[in-house]
Amino acid sequence: MPLDNVIFWVFAPIAVASAIGMLTMKNAVHAALFLIVNFFCIAVFYLLLDAPFLFAVQIVVYAGAIMVLFLFVIMLLGVDQGVDLKERLVGQRSLAILLGLAFIAEIFLALRAGIGFATKAPEGFEVLNEGGNTQAVAKVLFRDYFFPFEVTSILLLVAAIAAMVLAARKAPAVTQAELDARADGQPADGEVDS
Amino acid sequence: MRTPIAYYLLLSGILFALGTIGVLTRKNALLIFMSVELQLNAVNLTLVAFARLHNDLTGQVLAFFSMVVAAAEVVVGLGIIVAIYRRRRTVDVDDARELRW
Repeated sequence: MPLDNVIFWVFAPIAVASAIGMLTMKNAVHAALFLIVNFFCIAVFYLLLDAPFLFAVQIVVYAGAIMVLFLFVIMLLGVDQGVDLKERLVGQRSLAILLGLAFIAEIFLALRAGIGFATKAPEGFEVLNEGGNTQAVAKVLFRDYFFPFEVTSILLLVAAIAAMVLAARKAPAVTQAELDARADGQPADGEVDS
Repeated sequence: MRTPIAYYLLLSGILFALGTIGVLTRKNALLIFMSVELQLNAVNLTLVAFARLHNDLTGQVLAFFSMVVAAAEVVVGLGIIVAIYRRRRTVDVDDARELRW
């Protein structure tokens, strides 16, 4: 059994099990930790698929930045909220699981009719990755997709401003006279008694 | 490179289905959001697998773009969730239904 086959069959069950664990955990922190395990497994698959640059980006961006952001917000909102397991729509959960199973069956049939389960990856990817995968990806990115790359920077800027606008608390309105009074060292109303 | 590409595609299909089940069944907005991240990752795995199958690096570049957009989406989505929590002291999606016809 070749090594990449062994690695695939070790990490594929872990990926599926951690995804199921994320779905069944009541505690949001536990769910987030299972999701990090899943992201690491997907990073390993990127390595098997000859994409070491995306392997590094997956760990740095997903398992690092995004999940830290998630955990930060979970801590901010409080983890001790009770979970309401009552279904508001009748049969919502069983219908959702049925839909998921139908989707998996559909993918299975489509793969069997399409590329088939025996198709191995073709040879010759090493030629594309010559001089390093990062350099090869950079060539495609900056030669063929330079304009989308620039548009991405605008997207990130808009997202950063949007996050600030959404999360900012409105400061109480202050007039210039009040600011001047504060600067002059006059006590505010609440501090007179002391 | 002996593992058939279809196995990776089937695995990402399973992960996508699990993410869909999570989006449809969970009530906590944060957990729904994490399930969406799982779906995005499953699609990224599909893109990289097809890049390997067709000997074309465009799939990897597309997965890279998808990660960038996902990062922006997480920032805005978590900002919205924090804003909802400030207003109503809960992130249960069943409680936020003023916009429902």
